[in-house]
Amino acid sequence: MDLFWEQFPIVVKALNVGFLQTLKLFFVTLLGALPLGLVISLGSMSSFKPLKYVVKFVIWIVRGTPLMIQLLIIYYFPGLVLHNPIWGGGESGRFLAASVAFIFNYACYFAEIYRGGIQSVPVGQEEAGLVLGMTKTQIFFKIKLLQMVKRIVPPMSNEIITLVKDTSLARIIALQEIIWAGQSFMKGSSGISGAIWPLFFTAVYYLISIGILTILLSKLEKKLDYFK
Amino acid sequence: MAILEVEHIKKSFEHTEVLKDISFSLEEGQVLSIIGSSGSGKTTLLRCLNFLETPDEGVIRVRGEELLDAGKATTLTEKAIRKNRLHFGLVFQSFNLFPQYTAKENVMLARKLQAKELPDFKTRKKEIYEEIEKEAEKLLVQMGLSERMNNYPHQLSGGQCQRVAIARALAMKPDILCFDEPTSALDPELTGEVLKVIRELADQNTTMIIVTHEMAFARDVASQVIFMDDGRIAESGDPQEVFNHPKEERTKQFLARFNEG
Repeated sequence: MDLFWEQFPIVVKALNVGFLQTLKLFFVTLLGALPLGLVISLGSMSSFKPLKYVVKFVIWIVRGTPLMIQLLIIYYFPGLVLHNPIWGGGESGRFLAASVAFIFNYACYFAEIYRGGIQSVPVGQEEAGLVLGMTKTQIFFKIKLLQMVKRIVPPMSNEIITLVKDTSLARIIALQEIIWAGQSFMKGSSGISGAIWPLFFTAVYYLISIGILTILLSKLEKKLDYFK
Repeated sequence: MAILEVEHIKKSFEHTEVLKDISFSLEEGQVLSIIGSSGSGKTTLLRCLNFLETPDEGVIRVRGEELLDAGKATTLTEKAIRKNRLHFGLVFQSFNLFPQYTAKENVMLARKLQAKELPDFKTRKKEIYEEIEKEAEKLLVQMGLSERMNNYPHQLSGGQCQRVAIARALAMKPDILCFDEPTSALDPELTGEVLKVIRELADQNTTMIIVTHEMAFARDVASQVIFMDDGRIAESGDPQEVFNHPKEERTKQFLARFNEG
């Protein structure tokens, strides 16, 4: 037990560093995927057929293959196959590659959620706006947008919570996020080796951050509860 | 001069001809009821008048001004269509209130957006908004909703929702107010309260076109009735004449059940 309390501060310090990288990947992904998802979703609903089918095909590929494989391909393909290692070897290169993979993957999921939200607003809402002499832009921003947002908050919350945990997949390209940090104490790091509990302990970080997120997201959901 | 003249309107969807040469006119302050079985083209006709559909052929004139001549190749700009639409108001069967706004906000929204285009909007904003609010309140009181102004649509009954929708349409001061089966989604009790306000509007000489399945109401409130069948006007004229002494076989058939009951 004494040994555990000796190791504890060292481990927490290392896990905090890893967790910071986890959070960074989480926020960068959200920041990129939320707007990109809207663009992709508009593409998938385009009346220009070729664009629509290309976008739908890309969504199928991205949602139809594991994110882990996408990470591996995006990180290793340029260097190993094209002999052009665009990402570089360092931690910043790995982070960039991981960000690209995550943003693109999550944007495709978000796109489908947006599409559902946009299509779920009854056509009567637009028609009511039109006969009152509103422009299409006014109808979108003043009438449809909030109804869409209300409908997509629950599925979005789900996806965002999954994203917190999915960041651990970046471990596969040795991004130094929290799983990597926890695992390092098995092989040996900061004078500690053969310890598996730090890896188990990373779960606490996920639990707490998802707990906070859940509270925030349900607050948002409640806030939109004033209309049906 | 007639407030509304409709000449030779035709409209097809894919290969189905929904409106086959519709012509009629309406005098200011009069009420026109359009009756007929489902699928006879009544709703499509209203949608054409409100520019939600574009007729393939035909002319629409309001107070002598030509709003649309489908025969001419010129396509209307979005702005022109918006301007044309404001001659008409439309009350939907399913209300289509905006759920995120209160009753009063529903009535005010389009007016407030419209006010932004006024040249003196920036200097008189507060005044203009106050005026719009006062008018909205007056309309809602007129609809018997003085206690319900700040309620959201989901807190209102169907009849109350429909009355808000009528106030919302009236707020735009249309020349002609159209109703598309305004009571079809309501139970008999709620139907009564909606018909009552429409009747009051008729008493105030509001020009209206009412598509309805409420035969007694159509007969009593209208100054003119049109019976539509298979995209055509099968019979039209004075309501007492059409209801009590229909000339066409198809009209007799359609009204048989109503006249028996």
